[in-house]
Amino acid sequence: MGIREDIFDRVRRNQPAAITHPAVPDFTRLAKADLISTFAKSLEIMAGVLIDSPPGDFGTFLRRKFPKAKTICSAVPEYAGTSRPEDYPAWSDAAKIDVSIVRSPMGVAETGSVLLSEDDLRVNTIAFLAHDIVVLLDPEKIVENIHVAYQHPAFKERAYSVLMSGPSGSADIGGKEVHPAQGVMTLTVVLWPERADR
Amino acid sequence: MNIPPTVDQAANAARFIADRAHEQYFDTLMWSLREARDRSASEVPEWEQLRDLASEIKEHTLSHLAEYLEQFEASAKRNGVTVHWAHDAYEHNQIVADILSRHGAKHLIKSKSMLTEECDLRRYLENRGVTVTETDLGERIQQLDDEPPAHIVGPAFQKRPQDVARVFAKAYGSDTNNSDPVYLAHEMRKHTRPLIEQADAGMTGANFAVAETGAVVTVTNEGNADLSGNVPKLRICSVGIEKIIPTNRDLAVFIRLLSRSAIGMPITQYTSHFRAPRQGGEMHIILVDNGRATRLGMEKFWPSLKCIRCGACMNTCPVYRRSGGLSYGSTYMGPIGIIMMPTFDIRRFSELPFSSTLNGSCSNVCPVKINIHEQIYAWRGVMDEKHQIKLAKKGAMVAAGEVLSHPDLYRIATSATETAFKLLPRFVIYNELNAWGKHREAPAPAKQTFHQWYKEHRLKA
Repeated sequence: MGIREDIFDRVRRNQPAAITHPAVPDFTRLAKADLISTFAKSLEIMAGVLIDSPPGDFGTFLRRKFPKAKTICSAVPEYAGTSRPEDYPAWSDAAKIDVSIVRSPMGVAETGSVLLSEDDLRVNTIAFLAHDIVVLLDPEKIVENIHVAYQHPAFKERAYSVLMSGPSGSADIGGKEVHPAQGVMTLTVVLWPERADR
Repeated sequence: MNIPPTVDQAANAARFIADRAHEQYFDTLMWSLREARDRSASEVPEWEQLRDLASEIKEHTLSHLAEYLEQFEASAKRNGVTVHWAHDAYEHNQIVADILSRHGAKHLIKSKSMLTEECDLRRYLENRGVTVTETDLGERIQQLDDEPPAHIVGPAFQKRPQDVARVFAKAYGSDTNNSDPVYLAHEMRKHTRPLIEQADAGMTGANFAVAETGAVVTVTNEGNADLSGNVPKLRICSVGIEKIIPTNRDLAVFIRLLSRSAIGMPITQYTSHFRAPRQGGEMHIILVDNGRATRLGMEKFWPSLKCIRCGACMNTCPVYRRSGGLSYGSTYMGPIGIIMMPTFDIRRFSELPFSSTLNGSCSNVCPVKINIHEQIYAWRGVMDEKHQIKLAKKGAMVAAGEVLSHPDLYRIATSATETAFKLLPRFVIYNELNAWGKHREAPAPAKQTFHQWYKEHRLKA
């Protein structure tokens, strides 16, 4: 008997008597009008920063917020940046990026998370190896909680997807969360309606 | 043959307690996590319903495990993933080494995985010329200090910031007097990021593996699983067979419970889903049994397979908090370790079930409602049946059983004890045989026993 078959054989012999699969409710209760404020509170808990409307001049906004940034990699049509994700065919080269600009297809009010997948990033590492990340999010695309979030098709279709909820951090020394860790130093979410022609 | 000795947790704990500064630091830190967990749970109105659901989903899955393993394997293969199976640690390590060798990979970056700790993978690979870099901050600290994890969520929680400063000063030449966690985290980033960028292969464990999608799900605050799984083209994921859950709808329940139970936060910064290899890359999933299929058949102990590795039972346990994680001499420690480790080696871990007050706090905070304290008690029975209890301990238990089952004998014993405490000199009471008195004063003797008081007051009435 092969290893696989042997493991299956033992599992089948030892499984406890069948127990029913419970139905999981969505636990939704918030009014649509409260989703943005809940998202804002949750993002703050996770050490992310929220900008509640698109800045008049995005270039000026970026220069003020990241004065030392030279390489700005944009994966969105709203802003050109100095490079595109495709400029980093060796994915480790994304470490040269100062700021990545991406758009998320979904935010989660309960946790302040934004969904990102290879569809949005094109080169996944721009979301982690860059020094900072700015995520554009259509406020209409904020869902209430994790139960609703997991109904998004990305989780069934994309090779890689992540719920990013704040900048990379660690509480491993002394038990209090500090930044930085290995990934981005800051996460900024800009509420920015998606263009209708996209 | 070199047989490892039985772990004497009590003796190890005594050494930890002797270091007062570390003991108090660790106790305070662990309790703060328990308090954070309570605050976070209280903000979720459906918290108890989520715990019920989590328990039922896990029990359902484990009772249909073969079916879901088949579904997971089929989904993963459809996604272009190569699926491997391993009976035990040796087979698992061999598979990893073979994959790396086929790609000529000499440098592996990995995120924290208790399964790879269980398999002692790092030592196995390093003996074969592969450099392994842990990318989780706590795990890296322990790697640099050549120590196993002391906690399943924060491997280096047992070290104070000053200890970490000393480890980094030795390894990285950083300032040994600077114990600011922000400074230390910067040092870690400065020295580890270049290693991540140059790695040949990346490895993660799995918090969950979803049967319907074939995705391996990891949760981290650092994003180090995302780096380990995305920077190199070669990705290997080690998954214990009990980590399978049926659907994304089920996954939501666990994601809501895990981080709140562990550290009192609504979610970790990165909840990552690795479903298929990146374009031009390769993804391998190793499904590992290592005793789990056998445990599944243990009538009293199979529910321990529901564990989602949040560490809440450890943070609340008075014995763990005052003993330190390393005192258990095992991969899994604290209450969950006590009920898991004897399934790996009953003789070596035969003393662990006695490292508990049986107060039930562990079961009360467990997000998947494992009856931990009841299992600890049941393991004591098993140790007795299998003759794994030390003679001195067994003798004391037999005597206690005899006294407690005979009311007259019990009354004489309690009364005699009170009298003895009043009359005997200190050296007779506080000696090696009195474990209670090793670290504390015995309570002042009462004037009369409860039974004597009851007879005087209540029976008269």
